[in-house]
Amino acid sequence: MSELALIQKLEEIATRCRVSILTMLEKAKSGHPGGSLSVIDLVVALFFHEMKQDPLKPHWEGRDRFVLSKGHGVPALYAALVELGAFPKAELDTLRVIDSRLQGHPDRVVFPWAEASTGSLGQGLSIAQGIALGLKCQGKANRVFCVIGDGESQEGQIWEAAMSAPKFGLNNLIAFTDANNGQIDGHVTEVMDLRPLADKWKSFRWAVQEIDGHDFGQILGALETARKEPERPTMIIARTVKGKGVSFMENNIGWHGVAPTAEQLKQATQELLGGRNER
Amino acid sequence: MSAKATRDSFGETLLALGKEDKRIVVLDADLSASTKSGIFGKAIPERFFQMGIAEANMVGTAAGMSFTGLIPFICSFGAFLTGRYDTIRISIGYSKANVKLVGTHAGLGIGDDGYTQMGLEDLSLMRGLPGFTVLQPCDHVTTVAAVRFAASHEGPVYLRLTRQKLPQVHTSESAFKMGQGIVLKEGGKVALLASGATVTEALGASLDLEPCWVVDFPTIKPIDRNLIRTLAQKCQLIATVEDHSVVGGLGSAVAEVLAEEGFAGKLVRLGLQDRYAESGEAPALYEKYGISSAKITASVRAKLASL
Repeated sequence: MSELALIQKLEEIATRCRVSILTMLEKAKSGHPGGSLSVIDLVVALFFHEMKQDPLKPHWEGRDRFVLSKGHGVPALYAALVELGAFPKAELDTLRVIDSRLQGHPDRVVFPWAEASTGSLGQGLSIAQGIALGLKCQGKANRVFCVIGDGESQEGQIWEAAMSAPKFGLNNLIAFTDANNGQIDGHVTEVMDLRPLADKWKSFRWAVQEIDGHDFGQILGALETARKEPERPTMIIARTVKGKGVSFMENNIGWHGVAPTAEQLKQATQELLGGRNER
Repeated sequence: MSAKATRDSFGETLLALGKEDKRIVVLDADLSASTKSGIFGKAIPERFFQMGIAEANMVGTAAGMSFTGLIPFICSFGAFLTGRYDTIRISIGYSKANVKLVGTHAGLGIGDDGYTQMGLEDLSLMRGLPGFTVLQPCDHVTTVAAVRFAASHEGPVYLRLTRQKLPQVHTSESAFKMGQGIVLKEGGKVALLASGATVTEALGASLDLEPCWVVDFPTIKPIDRNLIRTLAQKCQLIATVEDHSVVGGLGSAVAEVLAEEGFAGKLVRLGLQDRYAESGEAPALYEKYGISSAKITASVRAKLASL
């Protein structure tokens, strides 16, 4: 497949996932659309191109691992897994419902595709690092991918992990920051400014790249570069738009943790499937 | 067998286990000389990970390592380790991570360094997490057995150890059975229930209080309900003795069972009485905060007089 065709395919999948995310949130009447829509392109690039995995065998030894440290973005993971055929689409209707595997934040105990239980922010990068370290010291070549949020990066534990991953030479650890500049109380730059973010990671001795997190060409290119990194862990700072793809959600902090109504879902679906937000 | 700190027994046992089982890995947060995990680190450096003074990251890293089939032991002072509660709660507890948390420098027994370094609420914190097994051995042989149990058990374990030396109480490792209290003395209407360093203090007090029961509780969770029920039927006064806050530790665990079982007698919970502590020599602190043999005797006699 040519790169152009690949990118087109990934874009189509991501669009279907966006509809799926909003549909499950509307059904659940709660959840986090903003951060799910900002992260979905990264998730699609990983699950439909970069990672080794078998969706029907979530515990397959040979798989690459994915840790969604910003656990509130989990509808993106559920949507991608449905596209992969890991579980039936109808199960998305059970999101946040009692007795469901589809918890409001990922639960590795009940949901076998979740490599880590996350949702209390700041913890997933340490877990991803531990998986990478465990694999490496057992001589296994599998890689570990992790997504943290920029708001999440205000947590001190993120910087503890930032310190330690280079020490252990974890080039099998590739992390993204879903840098959508949004968090519950406002813009990240206002709530607790992290700038200069790339410089921070560089100073912690990570291989750092900055990309447009909605441009599949750039996402795939960054992953290609990360694959060749001989020693350091990689941090890809993906500049993203909270609520990406839906006009009335984009960059609107109010859509951090509110589900769309049936009417809003209809409008959003028309926009997405109508191709209004062409890339 | 001479007196030995349970942290020393731990360090030696961990190394022996590490030689037997390559899945065992050890992480420490710049206290490997004090927690004695350094014994393992020196002999098996490829499976020892120095995490620096960053305990939360150590907790999360260990969880991730356990997901790859390894059996991590993470070591620090109990105060510092359990202070990373939310990370332990989600990354280990809720995640059912097979991680062994080793908290040394339990309680007032560390003495001079003072309150900030003393694990005094750690049992309470770890006991509150579903799925955790919480252990506090009182001497060398039961520590060896507890460490071996922790390694072989699937699931999170909190192991609370002392800085100070403790005399031998039990004759063999087989005395330790997870979830079971160990009766050291029986008879009479008074029972002294202790765990860790206070077992020896309780034995000392029992010399003045005979006939009386003395029971060691190396397992704080799950607590030995059957044994407590038996004691409740036989005794008029039950005293718990712990080098820990009376909130949430052995005293609370015993009180919960006694209340549920309908105990007709009186309960006295000796330990740190819902307050902070201070620097000082350990024996003086045990005296001041009421968990020395003499103070146990005095408290029990006072309570008996009021019955």
